[in-house]
Amino acid sequence: MRVPLSWLRDFTPLDLRVEEVAATLDDLGLAVESVERVGEGLDGVVVVRVLEIAAIPGADRIRAVRVDAGGPEAVPVVCGAWNFAEGDLVPLATVGTVLPGGMQIGARRMKGAPSEGMLCAPDELGLPGGHDGILVLAPGLVPGSPVAEALGLGPDTVLELEVNANRPDAMSVAGVARDLAARLGLPFALPEPARSHPPSTGDGLAPGPVSVEVEDPERCGRFVAQVVAGITVGPSPPWLAQRLARAGMRAINNVVDASNYVMLELGQPTHPYDLARLPGRGLRVRRARPGESLVTLDGVSRAVGDDDLLICDGEDQPAGIAGVMGGASAEIDEATTEVVLEAAWFDPLSVARTSRRLKLRSEASARFEKGCDWTVIDRAVARFCELLAPAGAEPVGGPVDVVGLVPDRRPVCLRVARVGELLGTSLGAEEIAGLLDPLGFTTAPAGEGVLEVALPPWRLDSTGEIDLVEEIARLYGYRRIPASVPRSPLTGGLTARQRDRRTARQILVGAGADEAWCATFVGEADLSRCGLDPAEAVVVANPLVAEQSRLRTSLLPGLLGAIAHNQRNRLGEVSLFEVGHTFRRRRSSTPDEELPDEVEALAYAAAGADATDAVAVWHLLAEGLAVADWRLEATAAPGLHPTRGATLVGDEGAVGVVGEVDPDVLAAHGIAGRVAWLELDLARLLAAPRGPDAYRPVSRFPSSDIDLAFEVDETTPAAEVEATLRRAGGPLVVGLALFDVYRGDQVGAGRRSLAWTVRFQAPDRTLTDDDVAAARHRLVAEVERRHGATLRSSAAGGREVPAGPS
Amino acid sequence: MSARPDPEALVAGALDRVAAADGTEELRMLEAELAGKRSPLAAAKAALAGLEAGERRAAGMALNDARRRLEEAMESRRRELESSERQARLATERLDLTEAVPARRRGHLHLVTQARDRLEDTFIGMGYTVAEGPEAETDWYNFEALNFPAGHPARAMYDTFYLEWGPPESTLLRTHTSPVQVRVMERSEPPIYVVVPGRCYRVDTPDASHLPVFHQIEGLVVDRGITFGALAGTLDAFTEAYFGPGFRSRLRPSYFPFTEPSAEFDITCVFCKGEGCRTCARTGWLELGGCGMVHPNVFRAVGYDPEVWSGFAFGFGIDRLVMMRHGIDDIRELITNDVRFLRQF
Repeated sequence: MRVPLSWLRDFTPLDLRVEEVAATLDDLGLAVESVERVGEGLDGVVVVRVLEIAAIPGADRIRAVRVDAGGPEAVPVVCGAWNFAEGDLVPLATVGTVLPGGMQIGARRMKGAPSEGMLCAPDELGLPGGHDGILVLAPGLVPGSPVAEALGLGPDTVLELEVNANRPDAMSVAGVARDLAARLGLPFALPEPARSHPPSTGDGLAPGPVSVEVEDPERCGRFVAQVVAGITVGPSPPWLAQRLARAGMRAINNVVDASNYVMLELGQPTHPYDLARLPGRGLRVRRARPGESLVTLDGVSRAVGDDDLLICDGEDQPAGIAGVMGGASAEIDEATTEVVLEAAWFDPLSVARTSRRLKLRSEASARFEKGCDWTVIDRAVARFCELLAPAGAEPVGGPVDVVGLVPDRRPVCLRVARVGELLGTSLGAEEIAGLLDPLGFTTAPAGEGVLEVALPPWRLDSTGEIDLVEEIARLYGYRRIPASVPRSPLTGGLTARQRDRRTARQILVGAGADEAWCATFVGEADLSRCGLDPAEAVVVANPLVAEQSRLRTSLLPGLLGAIAHNQRNRLGEVSLFEVGHTFRRRRSSTPDEELPDEVEALAYAAAGADATDAVAVWHLLAEGLAVADWRLEATAAPGLHPTRGATLVGDEGAVGVVGEVDPDVLAAHGIAGRVAWLELDLARLLAAPRGPDAYRPVSRFPSSDIDLAFEVDETTPAAEVEATLRRAGGPLVVGLALFDVYRGDQVGAGRRSLAWTVRFQAPDRTLTDDDVAAARHRLVAEVERRHGATLRSSAAGGREVPAGPS
Repeated sequence: MSARPDPEALVAGALDRVAAADGTEELRMLEAELAGKRSPLAAAKAALAGLEAGERRAAGMALNDARRRLEEAMESRRRELESSERQARLATERLDLTEAVPARRRGHLHLVTQARDRLEDTFIGMGYTVAEGPEAETDWYNFEALNFPAGHPARAMYDTFYLEWGPPESTLLRTHTSPVQVRVMERSEPPIYVVVPGRCYRVDTPDASHLPVFHQIEGLVVDRGITFGALAGTLDAFTEAYFGPGFRSRLRPSYFPFTEPSAEFDITCVFCKGEGCRTCARTGWLELGGCGMVHPNVFRAVGYDPEVWSGFAFGFGIDRLVMMRHGIDDIRELITNDVRFLRQF
């Protein structure tokens, strides 16, 4: 909302500096977005009378003009416009003037003719009206007088306000002035245009210049029609056109401009129809019928339906969409002489729905959908007539007024103590009344500590006690309310899961990975390119672009995109991780599930690294998070390398996958080299049983190591052999390290050699050679029996073995 | 009778050889040869037994003296050799530590995570816990329960991504973290002191200051006797705890359907510390977020009695905070995942 300061002063005697006005508005919740000085630069522009227009030899586009600028001698000017004649009054920018657009006027010669100034087109003066010709002024002005004064175009300050959705009353200059006056303790008065005719108590049946029928009184709470005749349609007076321009609206013609002016001033949208082009000389408010359409003022044909309210003509043809936009059929044009003005109150939700469905927003709908004041309508109609009077407009009879259903505005009981309880203030009843009354609320004592408050019709946002508390706080000043800090009776902290998530992030940072933030939105193609099934993805109904119409089902598309980006920029083999949500259609398709499957996932991706890197990082995480029991099961997972991937299985099922990204997927992303990949379902992982946290004594007795090398089939996972070793050795096995894997001539086809160092130790004694030999024997026998393995060699070990079970 | 050994002769040659020893290893062998069990000195000592007592004593003393001198010479030579050998070894081990060393890279948390952790920690210090909720939400949690009835014009303040899930427009990507307010109140009883960080979505074409995906943190306090003044005081305390001494907050009236009274909250401009600069449009204040007293209708939606409990809520953008703090002028930098960006912090 753009509000010229001078317009505010029409309603309240503001004499503050503009900075103070802006600060006050900010403090009232009418946030000032910008303050703009306008209309400066007209100081050197004066009214002149054209005395003589003459051709310049050798020039066919410009002419020599002599003007009377009020001085003793005529002033010569060269001019390229042809729209004025000798005797006309026009504006002259004298030598030395700097116009609003920054143009500096100097004396010069053109084609030999002297020019001491410039005759100005409207745009050169910062006025609406374009650049098609010189601004020809109304007769009667005195040559030599300043143009600004003659046109009432003083410099001004325009405040641009951000008006909250609950304050349609502040979408008018008068509404803003009312707030300011209330806060500053200034008088406030609305314009009082003369109302020459009494209203006809029209119910549509009374004979009048126009018939009005409201078929839907629930959606149209009030409908007033006023016929105005004798109008000469033409440009508005400059002061009015300029006020519109400064408030951000384009001047069109005096009738439309007057309607817009009233809306900006009082907040009441009105709509003028050309009565001659309104068949049946009547207006009818009804719901649209299925299949109906009309062409709106913007020239677009719009299909409407039975939830849309229409204004129709006397022959029931659509003439406008109620509260949103008028139709083109009865548009005002230069031939119009007789106008019927519509000023109505429409149900806000109805206008909001129609405006949203048609994707058609207008200044009118923006106000109606938030709720206008049905009592300001009479004033708005009278003001329209008053503004058009200079153009010959004469009201024909009084307004035809049909009243339907308007909001029930029962007074509200306000407990004085409640105000203090909610705000932390100690305002008494009198102070509260002093804050509310200037806004148009009417307070009256209603028993001990209670005020009965009548609600103004322009504040539809206020319906209950809490709304009044807000108004009291707003007018009192948020910053004057004494601050306190409530002491939380709780112990603050993170949940175990939140702490673990931080730990997981720190482990990955320690492992050298950088944290990425990838897009939640992906396209079907992004998923396919990653080997993921697009059919599993949740669909966005209204995506920004089709390529972002799915929610990611995995963190893979995002991280691969990030790796590709970094490779393209020659930033080396990057390691990245992300913690983020992924979404899936539920596979256990219960159609009544309220929400899709949403998983907090953690993924790690390392370019230039193979699957073993991902497994190593998993080991860091598993150890850091004390994941007690888990195993790797070689499986093919979507997007994963078919022979270099595994599912991570915990006590209660799969918690993620680990391995390498499928080479085809990498190729599709243009990624060179291998990419190690780990993706975990954080919630399932962290919900799994965690390692024992009871103390295990460190043995003070010596340990003994042996090395065992077995030949086993390629299909036998090392982890299984290791599990067997651990089981067979029982508590004596305190360490196991796979130190060598050999494939080649020394072993059979399809087999490989796996060599472990096993460390034995007892908590309570030194193991004897016999103890170790017995244990060794059990280990070898078990591995051979269970895995079809053969012992290749055995020796006393001499390696370092990591402490504890790994 | 064997000739009486001449200790002097024995030692003189030995001393020369010790002095000429070229390394500790050679010296160790010399020691065995010259002073060991089979050395001439040992033999000479054994031969003493054959002498008569008077002579034996004098010869023994001479012999001991010779051995002592030899041992001293060997000890001294060993120290010399050890020292020079250590010097030589150290010289060969010399490293220029400014030369390239094997890289051991540390990763980096995303800036948004760093900010989120710090914000959480600040509120934890004030006695808050951290609550979370789903990003895909129902209309009920995102709007209806927060006092945005269907068709409410204020819904237009939140351009919403809807999901094809259930009846049209019944499921959406949350437009703010506020649905978690409702979830927390539904599952627990007051007093409540929580913050809710998380990712939110709005239909916004990406530009320097907008992304369709962004991060918010939200606070909710519900207890007996919570006032608007308590909201103002809490935000002020937070501002100082997070931004540092001298940073203040202020409230301006605003509108959110789920709070009343509602406010925007500003903080002292982080660039000019309140002096007034271009970023804060010379006001000395930067807008940080929205807040207000929990609307009675929200309490009613979760079954709390608004006559018994009162509370406040506040929320702001983490990304914007990050941009302010680090002088990032284009929010899209946060999602490039370019390591030249990620590794700066």
